[in-house]
Amino acid sequence: MLKALLLLIAAQLTGTALQSAAHLALPGPVIGLFLLALALAARPAWRSPGLDQVSGGLLRHMGLLFVPAGVGLIDHLDLLRAETLPLLGGLVGSTLLSLVATALILEWHGRLRVRLPGGPHAHVAR
Amino acid sequence: MLTLPAELAACPLLWPGVTLAAYAIGTTIQHRLRGLALANPVLIAILLVGALLKATSTPYAVYFAGALPIHLLLGPATVALAVPLVAALPLLRRSLSGVALALVAGAALSVASGLLLVKALGGSSSLALSMAPKSVTTPIAMALAQNLGGLSSVAASLAIAGGILVAIAAKPILALCRVRDWRAHGLAAGTAGSGVGAAHAIRLHQTAGAFAGLAVGLNGLVTAVLVGPIARLCGF
Repeated sequence: MLKALLLLIAAQLTGTALQSAAHLALPGPVIGLFLLALALAARPAWRSPGLDQVSGGLLRHMGLLFVPAGVGLIDHLDLLRAETLPLLGGLVGSTLLSLVATALILEWHGRLRVRLPGGPHAHVAR
Repeated sequence: MLTLPAELAACPLLWPGVTLAAYAIGTTIQHRLRGLALANPVLIAILLVGALLKATSTPYAVYFAGALPIHLLLGPATVALAVPLVAALPLLRRSLSGVALALVAGAALSVASGLLLVKALGGSSSLALSMAPKSVTTPIAMALAQNLGGLSSVAASLAIAGGILVAIAAKPILALCRVRDWRAHGLAAGTAGSGVGAAHAIRLHQTAGAFAGLAVGLNGLVTAVLVGPIARLCGF
């Protein structure tokens, strides 16, 4: 588990170093995500039970980790009062449009290919 | 009006403890309400901590500095999304073109509709430009809003608020649209709701979490490229 945590932190720090060296738009942890995915795909032996345990624990409670940043919402209550309708309308409208469009495009794309061998049946929610 | 005892206020464990307690209360409430989506633990925790800060006149900056140990784990947790992603690689290979199409369409629609809705409803252009990049992960949203002429702190709050909305609304709305594929559910939650959306998806299903993590990463790139041209097209 210690090694697994170190692997996650090392991937993030490598990502951050790459970001500042190459002036990339993505933040360090997101670059680290892709780096670790590449490393795990290339070296399946790194996918230890310890890594599953540590990543599973972090991901199960990922919501908690957003709370300190999320409490920052209270600093913008005056903006919410001043621009209630455009703020709520824009936020709700654009978020739900994007959610539904993304899901439907991939769902329909999947259905078009559902007859191909190895179609996505196994990953359909009942 | 509450005053915290000086020893308590100075204890470095105070704000991490409060944050953990508020989130635990949130998960208990949601559990008691049989998983009611509206009783989102992140939202409940934000409201509880926010109320406590107001009651004790604690500035947000003081709270954030105190709760930093929890915030710091967000980096390794983001990296950890690589684990379900690698598990889903065979699935991803089979749906690569669909993923690319859905992601670019969802990202572009989020930016354009955010700009146009704020404008149509009479909002300021500063609000519209802070709304435009709000579906990407917070650090990218902040940088993009700044470049466009919006406010980075407003963009950060909108990004998290959008994610909470996704966590609340994704399941019922996608069921209404007859979306049954976990890949579609996850990709949509990550594209529209970034990190908080991905946190929601990973609790639903491993494949949904994998595609949500992928969407958070790729949407950062796609939106960074598209947001400027779309803003110009929309007259900003």
